[in-house]
Amino acid sequence: MTLPTEEQGDRSLASQRSVETITLGVILAFAALMAWDNWRTGIRWESTGPQAGYFPFYVSIILAGACIYGLVREALRMSKLSRSFVSRDEFKRVMQVFIPTLAFVPATQWLGLYVASFALISGFMYWIGKLKPWVSLLTGFLFSLIMFVVFEVAFDVIMPKGPLERLFGY
Amino acid sequence: MEALGLLFLGFKVLFTWKTLALMMVGLTLGIFVGVLPGLGGPNGVAILLPLTFTMDPTSAIVMLSCIYWGALFGGAITSILFNIPGEAWSVATTFDGYPMAQKGQAAEALTAAFTSSFIGSLVAVILITFLAPGIASFALRFGPPEFFAVYFLTFCSFVGLGREDKHKTIISMALGLILAGIGMDTVSGQLRMTFGNAELLRGVNFLVAVIGLFGISEILLTMEEQLALKGHAARISMKVVWKVWKDLPKYWVTLLRSSVIGCWLGITPGGAIAASFMGYNLAKRFSRDPNSFGTGRIEGVFAPETAAHASGTSALLPMLALGIPGSGTAAILLGGLMVWGLNPGPLLFVEHKEFVWGLIASMYLGNVVGLVMVLTTVPFFAAVLRVPFAAIAPMIVVSCAIGAFAIQNAMFDIWLMLGFGVIGYVFKKIGIPMAPLTLALVLGSRAEDAFRLSMIGAEGDLRVFWSNSLVGTITTLGIILLFWPLIGATITKTLKVLRLKH
Repeated sequence: MTLPTEEQGDRSLASQRSVETITLGVILAFAALMAWDNWRTGIRWESTGPQAGYFPFYVSIILAGACIYGLVREALRMSKLSRSFVSRDEFKRVMQVFIPTLAFVPATQWLGLYVASFALISGFMYWIGKLKPWVSLLTGFLFSLIMFVVFEVAFDVIMPKGPLERLFGY
Repeated sequence: MEALGLLFLGFKVLFTWKTLALMMVGLTLGIFVGVLPGLGGPNGVAILLPLTFTMDPTSAIVMLSCIYWGALFGGAITSILFNIPGEAWSVATTFDGYPMAQKGQAAEALTAAFTSSFIGSLVAVILITFLAPGIASFALRFGPPEFFAVYFLTFCSFVGLGREDKHKTIISMALGLILAGIGMDTVSGQLRMTFGNAELLRGVNFLVAVIGLFGISEILLTMEEQLALKGHAARISMKVVWKVWKDLPKYWVTLLRSSVIGCWLGITPGGAIAASFMGYNLAKRFSRDPNSFGTGRIEGVFAPETAAHASGTSALLPMLALGIPGSGTAAILLGGLMVWGLNPGPLLFVEHKEFVWGLIASMYLGNVVGLVMVLTTVPFFAAVLRVPFAAIAPMIVVSCAIGAFAIQNAMFDIWLMLGFGVIGYVFKKIGIPMAPLTLALVLGSRAEDAFRLSMIGAEGDLRVFWSNSLVGTITTLGIILLFWPLIGATITKTLKVLRLKH
């Protein structure tokens, strides 16, 4: 595993330790929620065997236990020093790919997957990759076209489609 | 030699133009997936799985397993030419492979890597051919308690033998088991953990989870690390190939040792990653000149590659014979089998003989065709890596979305995939392993069913897991493995004390 070390002039946004604590806390809350829901479903024995909530309930308890162990261990650790989880620059780069991806999902619903993927690829190549406009547009177009031919035409795998595909009668 | 006859039957199923063409397509796609950073064996297979939904099961599994072979071969290309392991199990290959490329011996290193992958896989496939039918027919006698005991053993060995913090492995596994339980309960038909959400009725599909956990998270990580690809060009000539092959017999001990390690760690869920490191370290320890390792020794390429591929291939043995995958990718192939209504496990060998032997035969053939293909097309695939990452990243995102959507035609699954991508990113950075989650997600409902059926049979008496010598041995072994770190530490301590007394 590669863990980034703090570089000079690139401030850390969050420490390894705080992210770990928060994650374990979230999982613990999830485990509690699941345990409660399964308890509601039924964790007892019936004439036909264990009820539906039995198995997941006990797994939730194990999960909660492991989280509590992790949290306690983290709290008891003497050294307050911790490696950086992510630095500002790193986080910016992650967001550069995450935000377009996040926008891509609703776009597939309105524009159809193929048009949205054209927009994502061309836009990403041009704005983030700083590649030439015609290279970006052509790559996006060719990739979407190939995907369309492979999935829609050759293998009959149906993807969400939008106004443009309807124009061509698909 | 019943196996040989059945294998012949398998080859007969395989030799049609259509299957052979699919094989080539699968291998090409697989090498692509293996070469591209941010894609690897498990999620490559998961993303491409939808392509096979409209095929008949035999063609589909042949293509999928060829994608898998291709990905295994492809990982070595990036390790050697670019010093970037395409897969975690190619990390050890970079130790000597990249120095060889720096010395201008890239072609030799690549030939060595491909050849040893071929040998490792071949040994494992031979093992599968002769062992799998036996294990399957033995397992036909298994009832629910025995099956649960085997699942229990699998889970325990992940916890006990994994290198990660134990509580993190348990967290990952328990999360997988809970996620597997969401939706309709298979025994009673009751809904659980859906919170009234209609989208959750279907449950969390594990392929969607895999695409997010491995594909999307890998893109985020690669972006963060700002990967700069600087590599060596390579072209493999026949002369180099002959030269390396002529020297092969000299390294038979290394090859054999690594094959054995690989097969062992593949069948027990130790995994290809552990196998590759162990293969490398043992080759170094037994070498007459251990210090020269790391400077570009061809043995340093042979050892990890053979072990990794022997392990990657033999992971399919428990998957086919018992329905328990030995690796992440095997888990996904298992998911694929279930999509076509084939239930992996001992009955598969009885009910779908043609399918099983077609698959095993395709392993032989795919391996040979794959070796020829990679040897001839290396320059082309190395060029793929020169494509800027800004073009590759969004293409992988789109491929992941297509893969996630196609599994159940659900928009919700694309959102789910994105969520798992974020989870994968965070987990990877704080050291929560993801393989246990994948395994638990795919085995969860089977393990639960086995547990509940045995409980019903025994009227809630846990002693059913020690009711006969077979199930008792497996369960006890599981518990020993679970507490192995404690037991191992105690043994070392006692030994130390004894030694001090003397």
